[in-house]
Amino acid sequence: MDAFFQTDPLTLLAILGMGVATYLTRISGLILVRYVDLKGRTRAALEAVPVAVLMSVIAPTVLATGPAETGAAVVTMLAAFRLPLLGVVAIGVVLVALFRAALGML
Amino acid sequence: MSVSADASPARSDFSDGLRAIAPLVIAAFPIALVFGALAAQKGLSPFETMLMSGVVFAGGSQFVAIDFWASPVPWVAITVSALLVNIRHVLMSASLGAKTRQMGFGWQLIAFGFLADEVWALSEHRAQKQGTSFAFMMGLAVPFYVNWLVMTGVGASLGTLLADLDPAKWGFDFAFPAIFIGLIMGFWQGNKTAMILAASGLAAIACKAFVPGAWYIAAGAVAGVLVAAMLADPKSYEA
Repeated sequence: MDAFFQTDPLTLLAILGMGVATYLTRISGLILVRYVDLKGRTRAALEAVPVAVLMSVIAPTVLATGPAETGAAVVTMLAAFRLPLLGVVAIGVVLVALFRAALGML
Repeated sequence: MSVSADASPARSDFSDGLRAIAPLVIAAFPIALVFGALAAQKGLSPFETMLMSGVVFAGGSQFVAIDFWASPVPWVAITVSALLVNIRHVLMSASLGAKTRQMGFGWQLIAFGFLADEVWALSEHRAQKQGTSFAFMMGLAVPFYVNWLVMTGVGASLGTLLADLDPAKWGFDFAFPAIFIGLIMGFWQGNKTAMILAASGLAAIACKAFVPGAWYIAAGAVAGVLVAAMLADPKSYEA
């Protein structure tokens, strides 16, 4: 059990630092919008945040990794116009596994 | 104002959240195991691994931290890297914060502590249609948090046994991009959205190619937001 609970002071410091840094990023936007008047271009910019962030996170993975990922992403995108979220995820996961297996056999 | 806080009781909002996050909890299973195994290889005990998962609860920055974990632990560099990797949360919390004011600031401060990408994305999705309540966000956050905590601990306990586990083999690593694609399409508003996507995608890929670290997310986000601001007709956005 000793090995399980073994702790190092510097490790605790790093974890604490990461936790504080992460929490601050998660509430700072919240505080920001309390003091900013949201209209005009500011509001247009804020409304674009979800699409812009989602795309930025996945673009390198889905568009610049390989043909299996890009192919699966395109089909997933088309499926998303018609299917609920759960179906979209299932299609993405199955397709990328199939495409990777197929490419691996070539 | 959102209607959900009045029209539907907290309990049904909570179970809506549980249902929405369920597939992502399953997809996070192997990812959490892998994280735990990597942490164990770097010398973290299962307790330390779970402490990090519980205190930080941000997968991306945890993987980055473990990647340059060393002895003695470079805790300042690790803290700064967590800040950089998670800087996108500033934009995310601003966007979702404006849509969840009916929750009350105190409750927002609690709920937003659990703002992992998945929790945020599903909250934004919900906010478009019926408003996102505190109960809904907790329905998303609780199972995702418990799963992350427990499974990273299991991964760390099994340690090197799991070194060969490869989420990519079964496509599980793609669940996250796939749900993001699905969510993006939920925000689709024609050409304007296409322009924002193009700007963000190009900026993110270009940045990732030339700048090490996680700057590409911030670069892509800023590019897309700027394009949206330029394209907007300010008169149509008066409050």
